[in-house]
Amino acid sequence: MHVEVRGLNKKFGEFQAVTDVHFTIEKGQLIGLLGPSGGGKTSILRMLAGLEQPDSGDILFHGQRVNDLPPQERGIGFVFQNYALFKHMTVAENIAFGLQVKKWPKAKIKARVDELVELTGLAGFEKRYPHQLSGGQRQRVAFARALAPEPQLLLLDEPFAAIDAKIRHELRSWLREMIDRLGITSIFVTHDQDEAIEVADEIMIINKGRLEQKGTPWEIYKDPKTPFVASFIGESTVIENIASLRGFEDVSAWPGTRALIRPEYIEVGFKEDFTQLLSATEKGRVSHVHFRGSEWLVEVEVGENKLVTYRSLEKDVLREGDEVLVLVHRAYLFNDNDSWVMENKLKAGPIAFEI
Amino acid sequence: MTNMLRSRWWSWGFRSAVMLYFVLLIVFPILGIYGQSLSDGWNAFVHNLTEPIAWKAVMLTVKLALIATAVNVLIGTMAAWVLIRYRFPGRSFLNSLVDLPFALPTAVVGLMILLLLGPRSWVGQGAEQLGFTILFHEPAIVVAMVFVTFPFVIRAIQPLLEELDPSEEEASYTLGASKAKTFFRVILPSMVPGIVSGAMLVFSRSLAEFGAVVLVAGNIPAKTLVASVYIFGEIESDNPAGAAAVSVLLLTFSFVILWIVNYMQTRRTNG
Repeated sequence: MHVEVRGLNKKFGEFQAVTDVHFTIEKGQLIGLLGPSGGGKTSILRMLAGLEQPDSGDILFHGQRVNDLPPQERGIGFVFQNYALFKHMTVAENIAFGLQVKKWPKAKIKARVDELVELTGLAGFEKRYPHQLSGGQRQRVAFARALAPEPQLLLLDEPFAAIDAKIRHELRSWLREMIDRLGITSIFVTHDQDEAIEVADEIMIINKGRLEQKGTPWEIYKDPKTPFVASFIGESTVIENIASLRGFEDVSAWPGTRALIRPEYIEVGFKEDFTQLLSATEKGRVSHVHFRGSEWLVEVEVGENKLVTYRSLEKDVLREGDEVLVLVHRAYLFNDNDSWVMENKLKAGPIAFEI
Repeated sequence: MTNMLRSRWWSWGFRSAVMLYFVLLIVFPILGIYGQSLSDGWNAFVHNLTEPIAWKAVMLTVKLALIATAVNVLIGTMAAWVLIRYRFPGRSFLNSLVDLPFALPTAVVGLMILLLLGPRSWVGQGAEQLGFTILFHEPAIVVAMVFVTFPFVIRAIQPLLEELDPSEEEASYTLGASKAKTFFRVILPSMVPGIVSGAMLVFSRSLAEFGAVVLVAGNIPAKTLVASVYIFGEIESDNPAGAAAVSVLLLTFSFVILWIVNYMQTRRTNG
């Protein structure tokens, strides 16, 4: 289903939950609404479902305004954060509920339930009650129940929040596969950036009720449009005085500009590691080293600035107090009016080859 | 080792004390009544029960208790719904008033009904004009039973309604179910265990009610004489075996009901 939202606003009492949100979603896409908790993601989802009424703005499905349609008539499927399975009904009864309500003939209901039970890998569990299932199984039942009446839009509210980290990974890829196979337009809410990046075709970053940026995960990582997006996606350190770093002296032309530097933008090493780019490096001192399981997290002091970077386990182990060379490849700069990405000018310029 | 032994002895003693208390206060008196009812032999027991005044009193009590149960199931369910689902000024005050019938002496309840529904009150006069009398007739007994057992259904349903996840209702809406359908297929089924156990308690308490009923029933044998008042009368006229026979019948009723309630509750918690 093609979904369009225009100028959506919602207030709960004095609290402005959603502010002037616009977006368009093409048919068949899987969209992740990503943002910190309490940022308005769930409110947007609930307004799409008709469970909440917007104060102003329009919601269009297939170009038709659906604001005044109750949830029963919107043709959506909703998977709730806590699954909201009907406790007094078995798995099969839960899945059949939406079909019985729509007065499907019995034989057709049975066929559809069998099909979904098969699809969600719940065969053999049809007669169980929700409290006899694991978290992952409940999630699948909720998914099957939402899909049963053949909705055109599937809305999922934090679908993996209540599941163990390990099973969450499996379920994510399972869901991704399932949605690809069914070709159903889907929107899911999450506060977990890994989840959004891994699963979604496109991510919408929501903060304080505003849509900060919409784009593919790669676009959002590579080219964040606002300081919030830059700091929310990936890890980063904020540097107050970026002009003091070698290669970024030009920034002093814009007073009040600060920089976000991601760990992967920084390289640390010794003289022999930087044969060509030596002039672009900076002297620093290792202040902390943390083992991260698959890599080292290294904190380096460069002058008054503290930088954070990763270091491969294959390289020499650094110790606290080691004198190292630091190369900052690029920085994300922002001030009150503007934001942009700047490459280290010594790295690209001809001077880099001097030595 | 000695410590463990000592603590084991202590816990054993503690359990025994509770068991003894239970046996002395509940089991012995009950056995006593069964024994008393059969003290003159089985035939006398049957004779005591087949006495028309006795079995009519029991039948009347069961009939009126069923009516009171039906009334309280309906009103109690609605009251619990209103108290949980709506927010209005005075809600918590009303909620605390629900328990009042438990706290009042039942004789006071009887007196209240006597004054409120008597022939000189406007309710009594209104009923008179419509062609029936409340006081000293069956309606007064039902009113007394309903009043005294009012809290049972409400208090049994409230926790279930509070537990009910609002997203279950929303899930039902998104699946296309109307409000009415959602109520009957999603909300009501989760209230049923509370309604049933509340109703059972209402019924057994209504069977047993004495204080409020004795003041308003008129106690005309075979017409408005209920079982508990009959028992009282038999004791007064020095026929303990007759009193015991009817008591045994009521006791057995209560046991069966308690057992059913218990069964329903364990089934609810276990699955």
